Amino acid sequence: MSNNIEEAKKIIEEVLSVYPEKTRKKREKHLNVFEEGKPDCGVKSNIKTVPGVMTIRGCAYAGSKGVVWGPIKDMIHISHGPVGCGQYSWAARRNYYIGTTGVDSFVTMQFTSDFQEKDIVFGGDKKLEKIIDEIEVLFPLNKGITIQSECPIGLIGDDIEAVSKKKSKEHNGKTIVPVRCEGFRGVSQSLGHHIANDTIRDWVFDKKTGKPIETTPYDVAIIGDYNIGGDAWSSRILLEEMGLRVVAQWSGDGSIEELINTPKVKLNVLHCYRSMNYISRHMEEKYGIPWVEYNFFGPSKIAESLRKIAAFFDDTIKENAEKVIAKYEALTKATIEKYKPRLADKTVMLFVGGLRPRHVIGAYEDLGMNVIGTGYEFGHNDDYQRTTHYVKDGTIIYDDVTGYEFEKFVEALKPDLVASGIKEKYVFQKMGYPFRQMHSWDYSGPYHGYDGFTIFARDMDMAINNPVWQMAKAPF
Amino acid sequence: MSQNPKHVLDHFNLFREPEYVEMFENKKKNFENPHPEDEVSRIIEWTKTEEYKELNFSRDSLTVNPAKACQPLGAVFLALGFENTLPFVHGSQGCVAYYRSHLSRHFKEPTSCVSSSMTEDAAVFGGLNNMIDGLANAYAMYKPKMIAVSTTCMAEVIGDDLNAFIKTSKEKGSVPEEYDVPFAHTPAFVGSHITGYDNALKGIMEHFWAKKERTENETINIVMGFDGYAVGNIRELKRVLKEMGIKAIILSDTSDVFDTPTDGTFRMYMGGTTLEEAREALNSKATLSFQEFNTPKSLEYAKTLGQKTMAFQYPIGVRATDRWLMALSELTGKEIPESIKLERGRLVDAVADSTSHIHGKKFALYGDPDQMLGLTEFLMELGAEPVHVLATNGGKDWEEKMNALFATSPFGTGCHAYPGRDLWHLRSLLFTEPVDFLIGNTYGKYLERDTGTPLLRIGFPIFDRHHHHRYPTVGYQGAMNVLVKILDKIFDEIDKNTNVPSKTDYSYDIIR
Ligand code: SF4
Ligand code: SF4
Repeated sequence: MSNNIEEAKKIIEEVLSVYPEKTRKKREKHLNVFEEGKPDCGVKSNIKTVPGVMTIRGCAYAGSKGVVWGPIKDMIHISHGPVGCGQYSWAARRNYYIGTTGVDSFVTMQFTSDFQEKDIVFGGDKKLEKIIDEIEVLFPLNKGITIQSECPIGLIGDDIEAVSKKKSKEHNGKTIVPVRCEGFRGVSQSLGHHIANDTIRDWVFDKKTGKPIETTPYDVAIIGDYNIGGDAWSSRILLEEMGLRVVAQWSGDGSIEELINTPKVKLNVLHCYRSMNYISRHMEEKYGIPWVEYNFFGPSKIAESLRKIAAFFDDTIKENAEKVIAKYEALTKATIEKYKPRLADKTVMLFVGGLRPRHVIGAYEDLGMNVIGTGYEFGHNDDYQRTTHYVKDGTIIYDDVTGYEFEKFVEALKPDLVASGIKEKYVFQKMGYPFRQMHSWDYSGPYHGYDGFTIFARDMDMAINNPVWQMAKAPF
Repeated sequence: MSQNPKHVLDHFNLFREPEYVEMFENKKKNFENPHPEDEVSRIIEWTKTEEYKELNFSRDSLTVNPAKACQPLGAVFLALGFENTLPFVHGSQGCVAYYRSHLSRHFKEPTSCVSSSMTEDAAVFGGLNNMIDGLANAYAMYKPKMIAVSTTCMAEVIGDDLNAFIKTSKEKGSVPEEYDVPFAHTPAFVGSHITGYDNALKGIMEHFWAKKERTENETINIVMGFDGYAVGNIRELKRVLKEMGIKAIILSDTSDVFDTPTDGTFRMYMGGTTLEEAREALNSKATLSFQEFNTPKSLEYAKTLGQKTMAFQYPIGVRATDRWLMALSELTGKEIPESIKLERGRLVDAVADSTSHIHGKKFALYGDPDQMLGLTEFLMELGAEPVHVLATNGGKDWEEKMNALFATSPFGTGCHAYPGRDLWHLRSLLFTEPVDFLIGNTYGKYLERDTGTPLLRIGFPIFDRHHHHRYPTVGYQGAMNVLVKILDKIFDEIDKNTNVPSKTDYSYDIIR
């Protein structure tokens, strides 16, 4: 093993040598090799990206509109500012939902204030007021509005909070949430998550009461599942099968009513820790609701998680958890029997966002695969600490990896699969590496839960054992 | 439990299984506090009415589902068409992540582009240091021959001065003094992606041409403009030029960089207009644009330096192709060869064979201004009626051109151009004044779902169909492709509407 570590460190050294000295010094802190027994991965994180390096990161707006708020289906999310940000993120994340789009649901629409020069010069508050009025006329069934600030808003001194308050009053107390998620704030999507979480606290929890619901001792909320390709659904079904009542989904296929009612639950179950730990901690402090992190990728982690969640409840639930695990055993077994022989000992390099750089490792291991490199687009130190429970000695760790570094690491380690995002996909496929997008599930999914694991296994097999890779090199 | 590794259920089947359907119903009923069903139905119907249309058309502040993107996207696209050129966008990094994703989702290709990653401190102090470090890093890592700079909203709002910043960066040694760093300010709150393309092109022209002696030669410069079909179209154009024996410089040739092979090597750069050509292009006798509304400033600039300029409107179809071929022939003195005349004849032949199926069909279409002009003319050549033509990024001048075009054909009677409108406006139109077919980009599928108007995918972006960007839409060959696309859709629809056994299938003909 230590040999491996030495070798990996040499690779890192080599890759770093391309940079000008100042950048080398900066990037050096983000790259390391995990050594068994260490409390973290030995990398710095959540730091400004070095300019000019082809980072994979996005911005705070992407974290708020794209991740946290965007999937809330019965509210209208205005991309406030010029047209671009909203256009590029329009329906791109596959947050599935059920509803009549344009009438009572709005997720796959692009509402924008389409700023023009005069809005920049004279300010956009008047226009925003008008937009809210127009929304109320044309989309009368919307249950609320959020204002997702793009870069210019914070720079031109607009007062979107004042507009929100004023318009809320005029429209019978309508929920209108100003979100200061301008893209220049923070260093990545991450601050956008935080800001969005805080606005739910301030503009929903503290201001709204929903239709009263009866509570039960088994009420939980799913926090941090964006229902990509239906992930939250294939998770919810398991929680329900073990006798829990899922009061809210945050935020995939979620509704404002569900947000409002969440402080009544007994337990928050948290999937994407990175993007929603803030609101979970808040509910713990303010309402005394405990929260527990879980992982629904792959049968080992699913079973572990079901038991962990059940431990918060009575024996009935604990027994039910065992029953659920037993119920899906045949499916799990058949899935592993089919795919493990085709995937065993294959190696994977990951680079993704919030929770996946660690959470999916178990699912790969269930299939006999090994993750030999991983890193976070916008992780913090607490993510890298949590990662130590997942990775093996000698795993190469790269924080906010640059396009250049990622290519060089892959060239050096030659994994059987690269799993990252759309910007990386075609680069590695050209190089002849099987690839899966791990943000959008490459338009597949769900990957969560037992139903999702079978799809996951099939997809990894389909990527790695695809006949196309045999043809990449011409025989002449 | 219905999942099964022997027959894997994907999302589109899995969630129709009874256990999920029941779960959805309960979730809605118990936790979403939904609007009553009849209320929802009432509003659905109301959105289809004349009354709703009027309200919809009277909004002046809200934009819903626009058909346009922002300036820097066009600038990045333009820059990628130059040899070994790295686009560098000065401003916040999130935008660049978006441009790269957007272009990659359309072309299914990598999109290389860097950002100066400005954050809050740069908002206060300006982004000079980001530019200095960014240029140095990009240069060291990727060894581009040229770095083409544009800007995001952030840099524009705080007023960063690219010219001065690049000069300072050079003084600080980020890149060599003589190194090519053309630039363009591309404020997203002005115009759209086509404006950014124009600004970036003009920036590159100025970089290579300003204050240089011009000695006119026989070469022609051709600008294709922002085009989702760039790969197919530029290759088609080159083929025609070769047949005609014309020496031309294509200003921004994105045909190779968005069509690289899978053979074990990632080519960050491939093909493109060489920097030598970009420099040489000053001496060309003329610059021709294939998209007038996409290139006004660049053409104007070329004109001020003494070049002849000429603009077409995304020429699709018989006459539009005739016009640019004849213009090229006249400019260069080269004859249009027999081989191309034959191609023309074959296209007209195809139109004659099939036109009865298209005749009188009503179309709605949306997209970039020039593309709308091109498609509209072709539809009228086919005897179809382009009833609603919409360009979110079109203005008054575009509307006038459209009206003039409608007036040239009886098939244009009663047809309307809608400048500055969006797809939510179009949704109303498709209800109140329905048409047979819709032409547009991928987002048109939402209109197809809501209004039942069959969608023909022509435009940008196309995310949910693969590889069409490899086939040309311009030239006689391109017109042939577009014709076949239209026909396939029409025939598919006829078959779909006639396939109920013992009810409608008497018309389910095998010969059409
Ligand atoms: S911030 Fe401006 S430049 Fe960036 S994507 Fe949005 S509109 Fe375009
Ligand atoms: S899992 Fe990743 S991609 Fe998903 S929301 Fe969390 S951070 Fe974003």
